[in-house]
Amino acid sequence: MTRRVLVTGADTFWGGRMVQALENDPGMDMILGMGAHTPSVPFEKAEFVRADQTYSILNRIVKATQVDTILHTFMITNSTTVSSRAMHEINVIGTMNLLAAAGAAGSSVRHIVVKSSTLVYGSAASDPNTFHEDTPRTSPVKNGVERALVEAEGLVRDFSEDNPATRVTVLRFANVLGTHLTTPISRNLSRPLCPSIFGFDPLLQFVEEDDVVRALAHVTRGSIPGLYNVAGDGRLPWSEVASICGTRLVPLSPYSPLKIRPVARLFDLPPELADLLRYGRGVDTRRFAATGFTYNATSAGAVRTFIRALRLRRQSGRESTSYTYEHDVEQFFRHSPSVIGTNEP
Amino acid sequence: MASGRPVVGEKNRSTAIVPIRVPAEDADEPEDPRLSDVDEWGRSERTRALTRAIYEPIYSKWFRVEWEGLERIPTEGGALLVANHAGAIPSDAPVIMHGIEKELGRPVYGLADYFFRTVPVVGTLWARAGGVSARPANAYRLLKEQHQLALVFPEGTKGPSKSFTDRYQLRRFGRGGFVEIAMRAGVPVIPIAVIGSEEAMPVLLRVPTLAKALGLPYFPITANLLAFGPLGVVTPFPAKFKLRVLRPVHFDVPADQDRYSKSRIMEESEQIRSRLQEAVYDMLRDRRSVWFG
Repeated sequence: MTRRVLVTGADTFWGGRMVQALENDPGMDMILGMGAHTPSVPFEKAEFVRADQTYSILNRIVKATQVDTILHTFMITNSTTVSSRAMHEINVIGTMNLLAAAGAAGSSVRHIVVKSSTLVYGSAASDPNTFHEDTPRTSPVKNGVERALVEAEGLVRDFSEDNPATRVTVLRFANVLGTHLTTPISRNLSRPLCPSIFGFDPLLQFVEEDDVVRALAHVTRGSIPGLYNVAGDGRLPWSEVASICGTRLVPLSPYSPLKIRPVARLFDLPPELADLLRYGRGVDTRRFAATGFTYNATSAGAVRTFIRALRLRRQSGRESTSYTYEHDVEQFFRHSPSVIGTNEP
Repeated sequence: MASGRPVVGEKNRSTAIVPIRVPAEDADEPEDPRLSDVDEWGRSERTRALTRAIYEPIYSKWFRVEWEGLERIPTEGGALLVANHAGAIPSDAPVIMHGIEKELGRPVYGLADYFFRTVPVVGTLWARAGGVSARPANAYRLLKEQHQLALVFPEGTKGPSKSFTDRYQLRRFGRGGFVEIAMRAGVPVIPIAVIGSEEAMPVLLRVPTLAKALGLPYFPITANLLAFGPLGVVTPFPAKFKLRVLRPVHFDVPADQDRYSKSRIMEESEQIRSRLQEAVYDMLRDRRSVWFG
């Protein structure tokens, strides 16, 4: 069977990583990256098409390219990267348009993979110790990113009920740490002082960056449908994460620290971290492990990978090499009759 | 190769999805990065050893705890322990948890209202020392998947908040959730009757307005506060504690059912409550002195 995959958000961190990963998979015949901006990583054989963030042209692209799989990586799970309005547009409206295009009459799409987050469970005192995929939230949705993700997942759920012929996979990833990704948590951990909430030491679960890519590739390759939590084994108290990373905790007042804007600015404390730093979150990962996926890293391993990469960056003083997408150059490599060998970057 | 062709092309490529930018990890396993021994429940064996060492004199010298029927608690496998609950800051929970671990060498997971987690410092210490919030999912995980002993007080806060005039009158056992959990997990319920906890910290008066203002489940004025001043918050009277383990209740229903008969649950729950109440009365009949047993 030939596999034709469309990756959304190919200009973003995760989309770029996924395109690269799928390019290394001999089972993929065609990979099409889609994004609003030019990609930040080199693509070897994947095509790139520029589209606005609400996927208004997706319908035409699906018809023209006859993709069978859509890998929807473009879901914002970090509210510091975009405005709340843009986040709603991307997560909810974007997903809605994407599903509409995928579900249109005569659509070639047979499998949709959605990258979601364990943020949908929230974080509250009333939470169970471990969330299973079917455990409902115990607290009302409090912040924009959780609301957007819960809404988007609702759309995906409706879609999968209305389109039983299409396989739908939703992966809920725990907080990611790794070599390259920058999140509010990683930024806090890379500074000498790191916020905590006085009297609270929550248990956190992490998933390593490469495991995120491997998990998405795993379900894409195997066309595995379902709803899964993806997180490394084990949990660590926040204080321990901080001491592994060699940063000192600064306890903030437990009574509404985030309402004091300058404090929230001083540290990276988006609203979705406020409750997480009190109550933490733990998820059950047995269902995903049962699909045959094995993790490279545990939660503690993810923290280690992160801090080792950070130490290297600090000591070598080098940022990862940047790449500039040149449309003409890429077109030349793909379509010029002069190109004979593989296009090694 | 048999075909005489060199091995080339796609077939020989690694199918492992390793992104290009990531360098290969060293073959040998790097050392474990963990620094603490906090487990997925938030328990720390080091903290527990410390709190147990501190609590031991309170258990054996202050409360002079005596057990009856300890052999009814299984030495392995899950079981749900239920007990009557009393005293403004109830000493029955630590006494049972410490006692069973001391006598049988088995840890007991104390299930408490999740309100605890919202209190800074207290919530964290409670978790490190072995407390778990009383959610059905948590109890199920402990009992069914990890085969542990869990302790629950079905009266909830209604037990400790009752005033001294109502001492040893067991309150309603919630909605029987503990029975349902035991059925679902397929474990027995083991009732434990406790006397002494009422007199350790008697509630003379409740101040509901203050409780509401502070966001607490109840705000008691205890005899300890009158006797010891502010220290009375943490100082129980040295009442003699006696505990009696009753016959375990096994439910002959299959585990992991979606629903269990509500009437059966309420019936079993009420039966356990009245057995506990009867045992408490029986023990009180034998008690000559609050302080010396």
